[in-house]
Amino acid sequence: MSATVRVPTQLRSLTGGVAELQIDGSTVGEVLGKIDAQYPGLGERIFDENGSLRRFVNVFLADEDVRFLEGLETPVKDNQVLSIVPAVAGGAS
Amino acid sequence: MAFVKSLKCRECHKTYPIEALHVCEFCFGPLEVAYDYEAIAAEVTREKIADGPPTIWRYADLLPVDGTDYVSLGVGFTPLVKARSLGEHLGLPNLWLKNDTVNPTGSFKDRVVSVALSKARELGLKVAACASTGNLANSVAAHAAWAGMESYVFIPANLEKAKIITTSIFGGNVIAIEGNYDDVNRLCAELASEQPTWAFVNVNVRAYYSEGSKTLAFEVAEQLGWKAPDHVVVPVGSGSQLTKIHKGFEELYKVGLLDEEPHVRVSGAQAEGCSPVAAAFTSGLDYIRPVKPNTIAKSLAIGNPADGFYALDVVRKTGGSFGSVTDEEIIEGMGLLARTEGIFAETAGGVTVATLAKLARDGVIRPDETVVAYITGNGLKTVEALEASEGPTFVIQPTLEAFSEVYESIRSN
Repeated sequence: MSATVRVPTQLRSLTGGVAELQIDGSTVGEVLGKIDAQYPGLGERIFDENGSLRRFVNVFLADEDVRFLEGLETPVKDNQVLSIVPAVAGGAS
Repeated sequence: MAFVKSLKCRECHKTYPIEALHVCEFCFGPLEVAYDYEAIAAEVTREKIADGPPTIWRYADLLPVDGTDYVSLGVGFTPLVKARSLGEHLGLPNLWLKNDTVNPTGSFKDRVVSVALSKARELGLKVAACASTGNLANSVAAHAAWAGMESYVFIPANLEKAKIITTSIFGGNVIAIEGNYDDVNRLCAELASEQPTWAFVNVNVRAYYSEGSKTLAFEVAEQLGWKAPDHVVVPVGSGSQLTKIHKGFEELYKVGLLDEEPHVRVSGAQAEGCSPVAAAFTSGLDYIRPVKPNTIAKSLAIGNPADGFYALDVVRKTGGSFGSVTDEEIIEGMGLLARTEGIFAETAGGVTVATLAKLARDGVIRPDETVVAYITGNGLKTVEALEASEGPTFVIQPTLEAFSEVYESIRSN
C-alpha cells in the first residue's frame, strides 16, 4: 500500500519544501510513522509524548477526519490521500 | 498606532514576527498577538476613546493594526439595549442585549473582517478569502468590494439562500463546496498553504482577525459606564468569539480602563445538533470530540471547533456554564426576542436567547447579576428557518366585512 501524504506549509521545512510524499503503510499510524523515519523530527511535531495526534493536528484520509474513522488504526487503501492539516482555522461565531 | 510586540504560540509560547502566520511550526498551536500592555496603559484613556470614531477603531490602541487607513464600512459601536420585557419574562431585572444585528453586513463578523483586512493590506496581501458559514462570507465580500480587493469566499453549498445572495451581490468569487463547513474549512486550511499571498481572514491572518471580537467586550464595558458585567452569554461556533470577549474585559483592566478587576462569568450557547463544546463541558472532558453538525443554526454548525478547547477553559475558569438547545427551542428563542424586544436575530440569536432562558430557569444565571447576551446576527439572513412557523395572521378579501369579522375574532381572544 502506498498513500499520498499532503504536507502543510508549517512542516515543509522538514521535507525540503516538498508538499506531497508517497509513503508505504497499511494504517494511518504506520504511514505517519514512516514519514518520521524519512524526515526526522516530523514525528514529534504531529504526535504528543503518548504517541497520540497532537491536539491541534488534524489528519484526513480521503477527506474524512481520521478521528471519525479508526484514528491511527484506520486502514489505508492504495493511492489514498492523507492530509495533515493544522486545526487552527474556523469560521462562525 | 499598534503596540504589538510579536505573534506568540498559545501553547509553547514561541514567538514569531508580525506576518501572515497562524500556526506554530513546532507544536501546531494557534498564534496570538502579544502586546506591550505597559505602553498601551501609558497611552490609552477613556477620554481618548470617547473622542474616537463611533466604530471599533476607537479602540485602535488595543487592536493589531499600525496605520489608520482602515478597511471599514463603519463597523461596531452597536447598541447595548436594556432588555426590560425579556428580562421580566426571564426573571432577570438587569439584562442587556448587545445588538450586533445592526452592523453593516448584519453580523459581528464585520468586526473581525475589518481588523483582518486592514492588517492584510498592511502586510501587502491583495486577495481576501475565507471559509464561511455565511456571515463571514457577507462581510468579506462587502469589505473586499469597498477596498477594491479581489475576493474568494468558500461556503458549504447547502447554506441558506439569503446568505449566498447577500454574498454574491458584492461581486467577488463565491465558491460553494459540496460538503459541510468542516469540509470547507479543511479545504481552505490546505489552500492557505498553496496561496500564501492571499489573506484567508480566518486561516492565515486569524491571529489578527480574532482580535476584532475583543471589541464586543470593550464596547459593552464602555456602554455600561466603564464597568464589566457580571455574566455574559455568547453563542459558540468555533469558540473564538467567546474567548476573545473574555480576553477583552481582562485587557481593559490590564491597561487601566476599568477601576475594578472584572469577574465576568462567561457562559456558552450551542445548538443541540452541533454541541461539541457544551458536550465536553457537561461530561467533564478536557478535549473536544468532533461531531457531524445537524442544526438550523448553520452559522454555528462547526463540528470541529478550532477554539473549542479554549472556550471550554474560559467557561470553566470563570464559573460560567454551557447550554445547548433544540431546533424548536431556537425558533422559540427567535420569536421570544422579537416579541419582547423588537430585535429580529438569526438562528444563532435564537440559540443565545433559548440558552439564556434555560440557564436563568436553572438558576445558573442569577437575578442579581448584570447580564449581557450577545445577539450577533440579523434575522433577515435566515428567514428560511421560519417559513413553517411565520406568516400572515389572517388572509382576507379586500372588504370591510371581511376585516370586521377577523377583527372581532382578534378582539375576543
